[in-house]
Amino acid sequence: MSAATEMKRREFLKAGAALGGGLLISLYVSEFVPAARAADSAAKPVALNAFVRIGTDESVTVISNHSEMGQGIYTSLPMLLNEELEADWARIRVESAPVDAVYNHTVFGIMMTGGSTTTNSEYDRFRKMGAMARIMLIAAAAQSWNVDPQSCRAEKGFVIHTSTGRRASYGSLAEAASKIAPPKDIPLKDPKDFTLVGKPVHRLDTPSKTNGTAQFGLDVYIPGMLTAVVARAPVFGGKVVSFNADKAKAIPGVVNVVQVPSGVAVIAKGFWPAKLGREQLEITWDEGPGAAVSTADMREKFSALSKTPGLVARKVGDPAAALAGSAKTIAAEYEVPYLAHCMMEPLNTVVDLHEDRCEIWSGTQFQTGDRAAAAKVAGLKPEQVKIHTTLLGGGFGRRANPASDFVTEATEVAKAAKVPVKVVWTREDDIRGGWYRPMWYDHFAAGLDASGNPVAWTHTIVGQSIMTGTMFEAFGVKNGIDSTSVEGAADILYGIPNLQVDLHSPKNEVPVQWWRSVGHSHTGFSVEAFLDEVAHAGGKDPYQLRRTLLAGQPRMLAVLDLAAQKANWGSALPVGRARGIATHFSFDSYVAQVAEVSVEKDGTVHVHRVVAAVDCGQTVNPDTVKAQLEGGIIFGLTAALKTEITLDRGRVQQRNFHDYPMLRMFESPAIEVFIVPSTDHPTGVGEPGVPPVAPAVANAIFAATGKRVRRLPIKPEDLRSA
Amino acid sequence: MISFTVNGKPVTVEDPPSTPLLWVIRDSLNLTGTKYGCGMALCGACTVHIDGQAVRSCVAPLSRAEGKKVTTIEGISPDLTHPLQQAWIEIDVPQCGYCQSGQIMSAAVLLAENSAPTDKDIDEAMSGNICRCGTYPRIRRAIHRAAEIKTQRGAK
Repeated sequence: MSAATEMKRREFLKAGAALGGGLLISLYVSEFVPAARAADSAAKPVALNAFVRIGTDESVTVISNHSEMGQGIYTSLPMLLNEELEADWARIRVESAPVDAVYNHTVFGIMMTGGSTTTNSEYDRFRKMGAMARIMLIAAAAQSWNVDPQSCRAEKGFVIHTSTGRRASYGSLAEAASKIAPPKDIPLKDPKDFTLVGKPVHRLDTPSKTNGTAQFGLDVYIPGMLTAVVARAPVFGGKVVSFNADKAKAIPGVVNVVQVPSGVAVIAKGFWPAKLGREQLEITWDEGPGAAVSTADMREKFSALSKTPGLVARKVGDPAAALAGSAKTIAAEYEVPYLAHCMMEPLNTVVDLHEDRCEIWSGTQFQTGDRAAAAKVAGLKPEQVKIHTTLLGGGFGRRANPASDFVTEATEVAKAAKVPVKVVWTREDDIRGGWYRPMWYDHFAAGLDASGNPVAWTHTIVGQSIMTGTMFEAFGVKNGIDSTSVEGAADILYGIPNLQVDLHSPKNEVPVQWWRSVGHSHTGFSVEAFLDEVAHAGGKDPYQLRRTLLAGQPRMLAVLDLAAQKANWGSALPVGRARGIATHFSFDSYVAQVAEVSVEKDGTVHVHRVVAAVDCGQTVNPDTVKAQLEGGIIFGLTAALKTEITLDRGRVQQRNFHDYPMLRMFESPAIEVFIVPSTDHPTGVGEPGVPPVAPAVANAIFAATGKRVRRLPIKPEDLRSA
Repeated sequence: MISFTVNGKPVTVEDPPSTPLLWVIRDSLNLTGTKYGCGMALCGACTVHIDGQAVRSCVAPLSRAEGKKVTTIEGISPDLTHPLQQAWIEIDVPQCGYCQSGQIMSAAVLLAENSAPTDKDIDEAMSGNICRCGTYPRIRRAIHRAAEIKTQRGAK
């Protein structure tokens, strides 16, 4: 990743070009961020590059090209920048970037947030942007003092001439610094000299999230704006045949009812009349083939497919011969359901559409795609569409929609209604709205040698492809294999000499999407639970077998040992409690978890404690790393214990938190997170905490009860004792 | 026309009396700190106080607020000095932050009634508030810490 994220000279030039030439970015400020400039008019902010502005009031504004959805990036990115800028941390503020090529993801080439990549893809660029600004500020001071820049240093927002002690503040230097040619050579600190990166820092967004001032998409109100809710088809792919809006229009506050490609939108003075109006719509739908989808049927079909050969995603050695020659073989089938993301803030988008321009406010993870999609609907050029990225009330992948579904629809509504409009999804719309984590089936077989070690491993995966048919297909689907379908399975770290991973990618009308940890959300469970079966079949301790198989993987071995040691693996527990262990490598990070579990007679599972160890390279804000692991574990536990989306006659059978329940506080375990110290390039943190928790719990349930969990969510009725 | 006070200020609104208080607070009064999460009193994101009691405003009709004192997250302190806000900041509880207004409003009633809540008290008081980001362990710590801060202030 470090090579891919290396900021090259040519990218600096590109940055300058995108902003109007050179680095006279005051132009950029007025062009793209008029509101910010107006607010700061007294402070005269000066841009030293596309990522930092300094005001005469000493304020330092860091421009974030990644969306803040809880992962703490509005603090971590400024930390990276200020490690080199050396401004006063108390003066740092954050602003979301407009859509512009200069803000593109260093790896994906578009402006987006996802794949647990923000910190690792920006690790070099944000430090270089901070260093670039510091060098220019020092040069400006040295010029005015007529001294050698080498004789000056930067400290807490001041340039200091070391021998004379002369000082000039960044605010006083910014204007002159902006006229200095950006340096060609931008050396960076050695990680051992970091003073900010790697130390726990309080999040900059916490105060605003404790007094109601944090602004999410749903909180955007613009003059003349109306609120819309959309009646969408009861089955995926359904179309409106006809509708009668007379009763809806009779609801006080309802202003208009319009048809859009996704359904019928009721537009009103506020959410409540819009929702009441929607309830009064009479719509005839052409349901189409989506009406035939049933998850009960899919289970049978997937199960049958999982026992047939698929496209080979990976083959090592001769697994068929090795299985045939094994002293003992075992086989098992695993399955997981469709899952909804269920961000606490339901989807919403504000669109203000004019003939020659369009402004959009949305908590999106996918700015470049959304801008292009909105422009297409509006008949405008992408440059005529301005996206304001608000805070996201959770994302988990849903707000990086490859079809830009919620932004496209909101633009369609604004276009049809000819007023500024905020489209709001209800919780029911969210849960029934599709774009789920795919439903998956996994069939495994393993062969053990006479001493109980696995010598053959075959794994056939069945589930819908996420990337096929999207703009990511060329990047992520090779020879029919969607890399997200087999991640965490085809690339397992365990040293098994004969291995094969096959894939079937059946299609249907249910739209699927990345969901926190993507393919790993199912392979983490199935691979680690089946490995536990292998350990028991071979008479091995599950921790010790993992140690043996990870002999060539020192980083994973270290996290495994750390988690086991912190969890006191092997020590006695109160009667009825047992431990389970799992590891998983995802988003280039190494995670191991140990869960402590008990099961009541009625099958109720209690997860008492989860110990996690992670190696994610250099941490930027270690407390955020811990928070992400804690959150990932609870997110994973909801999937392990609580939720499934099922369909019958094409209809989603769940609708709100009573039948799609989230883990609550009284069900949450004590969580301890341990970080392996490292100065290696940072790796992913937002997602890697999710995959290992379901298998750790399932393996602990086996240790406690002798009952093997092969299907999520775990169902108490399967665990009842007689 | 229905009149009540919000964060100490008298207000009169014209919304129909059956309108959920949440949408009056957000759409008519433009106080956006109170959040919509489910519309069925299942997630607690919309929690406000009516005469000091925690109420899920997404299912409470406007008529219920008539003549009462409504407090929203914006009214809990003018300057981030409520012990819960202090503890939330000290422990960096929020991730996405969307549910946190409701979490704090539920915790505030607990703390007003119980100056030293146990884990079990916290579980009971907070069971109606969902956090999808999984900040529960930090919310628990922060409520204990807020109780300490409150006690220390009381002792002064």
